[in-house]
Amino acid sequence: MTPLLEIDNLRVSFPTTQGRIEVVKGVSFTLGRERLGIVGESGSGKSMTGRAILRLIRSPGEVTAERMMFDGTDLLSRSERAMRPLRGARMSMIMQDPKFSLNPVMTVGAQIAEAVRAHETVPRRALANRVREMLEAVRINDPDRVARMYPHEVSGGMGQRVMIAMMLIPRPDLLIADEPTSALDVSVQAQVLDLIDELIVNNGMGLLLISHDLNLVARYCDRILVMNSGEVVESCAAADLHAATHPYTRGLLAAIPKINETRDVLPVLDRSAWSGT
Amino acid sequence: MPIDFRSRDGILRFVRVLTGFALTIALTFLGLLAITFFIGRVVPIDPVLAVVGDRATQEQYDAMKIAMGLDRPLILQFVSYVGDVIQGDLGRSVSTNRLVAEDLARVFPATLEMATIGIIIGVGLGVPMGVTAAANQGTWLDQGIRVLALLGYSVPAFWLGLVGLALFYASLGWVSGPGRVDIFYDGVVDPVTGLLLVDSILARDWEVFRNALSHLVLPAAILGFFSLAYIARMTRSFMLDQLGQEYITTARVKGVSEWRVIWVHAFAPIRVPLITVIGLSYAGLLEGSVMIETVFSWPGIGNYLTVALLNADMNAVLGATLIIGAVFIGINKTSDVLYRVLDPRST
Repeated sequence: MTPLLEIDNLRVSFPTTQGRIEVVKGVSFTLGRERLGIVGESGSGKSMTGRAILRLIRSPGEVTAERMMFDGTDLLSRSERAMRPLRGARMSMIMQDPKFSLNPVMTVGAQIAEAVRAHETVPRRALANRVREMLEAVRINDPDRVARMYPHEVSGGMGQRVMIAMMLIPRPDLLIADEPTSALDVSVQAQVLDLIDELIVNNGMGLLLISHDLNLVARYCDRILVMNSGEVVESCAAADLHAATHPYTRGLLAAIPKINETRDVLPVLDRSAWSGT
Repeated sequence: MPIDFRSRDGILRFVRVLTGFALTIALTFLGLLAITFFIGRVVPIDPVLAVVGDRATQEQYDAMKIAMGLDRPLILQFVSYVGDVIQGDLGRSVSTNRLVAEDLARVFPATLEMATIGIIIGVGLGVPMGVTAAANQGTWLDQGIRVLALLGYSVPAFWLGLVGLALFYASLGWVSGPGRVDIFYDGVVDPVTGLLLVDSILARDWEVFRNALSHLVLPAAILGFFSLAYIARMTRSFMLDQLGQEYITTARVKGVSEWRVIWVHAFAPIRVPLITVIGLSYAGLLEGSVMIETVFSWPGIGNYLTVALLNADMNAVLGATLIIGAVFIGINKTSDVLYRVLDPRST
């Protein structure tokens, strides 16, 4: 069976006054119908990797790769127009903050329905039913009322559930979740992630979870890639994260505070340990 | 929150909103009256002298001053002025020797007609141009539109008017020359609205309509070009701002067509700021472009106001200022209403 996603030597660069700067420097991985986590600090290139897969990096940004295959089709050679039937319908992305990622002047229901209408013609009534079912699937109690609300009228947690509904309603095969809970309260984070996890597993989809939170990724993913300044420095099964060998990963793990510890100062990353890798 | 007309509370709320609305308009208008009135009294122009002339005797001068009510305290003068204005009496113009209200009813529609065609051109072309420029940022299309918009900012109105006349009227003969209508057609149709195009349609006089249109098209197009320049620039910058927002990426992730991304997702949120820009631009045109009205001998409010100022005709100046102020108030209030309709975030 071919993997869902095959990425080989992915590079993303942007021009600056000092010449082109590479923000992703040769990332390679494959993803089946499984849950893969990408962790790394801000600026490590993890979000850019996610966006490059959907070909959302716009000029003057530049994406190159030796291979970028999705379900047996080549993503690199596709035109912008030819990417459209894939986006949403086959691969989708949950964005970080529902405050900014939902259109402020469209109702929640219209935005969810649009995700379907972009790919198929569905009668109005059937579409409304599908939106209602999807809102119920993301645990929204009063779906008809919520569908008529505008994004500013819903809470952050509800907004992110709307986002999940919008991205999963066309039943894609691959979901990229780019920091899906960083903008949410801690109490809501687990609910949202449990929901994503449940829907992914039940529908047999592939998940690419991008986060800066090692514990969270270890809990919700099967495999983990650790990224640092545009490169993958560590790749391991989630269960083996504690046995990671790369000094960067070790440094990150050492900096996680534990609930029953008495350390006064958390260790700082010693970047000289891996510079040059 | 939408108003529910089926419930008693809903109707009460509607009445309350409407009363508040009328009250703010009345207050703004009163403020406008006060400012124009006191500025009119403070400027070193003697309205009595303007009427009696500088060869009048002191007795004649004093008698006129009392007749005009200018001997009374300023505050009383203001109160009676407000009373007159409410009754529609703006006084008599010294230079035309007619009632100012009558004069305004004649000159304002001429400007209104030209400004309206102008803003339709400005919006009809400027908005799509701004959106196109933003959607193709950095391309030759964007550069071309920006250069055109820059020209609209930097080319003097009178120059463009004269060149337009020389080219399209004198050389090519595509349009008619200065004035609202050929002398032959003057006064042929009854002034119902004062808008020559509308009046000629009402009278079903297509010859007058065609003639009036051929007179109107060039000055209106030039006004349109100036407002187009402003509207296109503002639309472009609003759109660029929107196109950088996260929800635009969301729409693209969903696989929405680029056309829909631009015209539905990015354009819908900019309608509110765009209304402000268009409203102010329209109000600016309704003020009357003195340059264009002079070059095209257009009997509009800009021309009227200029002549009145040069003749120290204070009643006419105050009346015209009042009309312009009322236009601004009207357009601002209309924009307010449109905001509420178009932006779900405003309640």
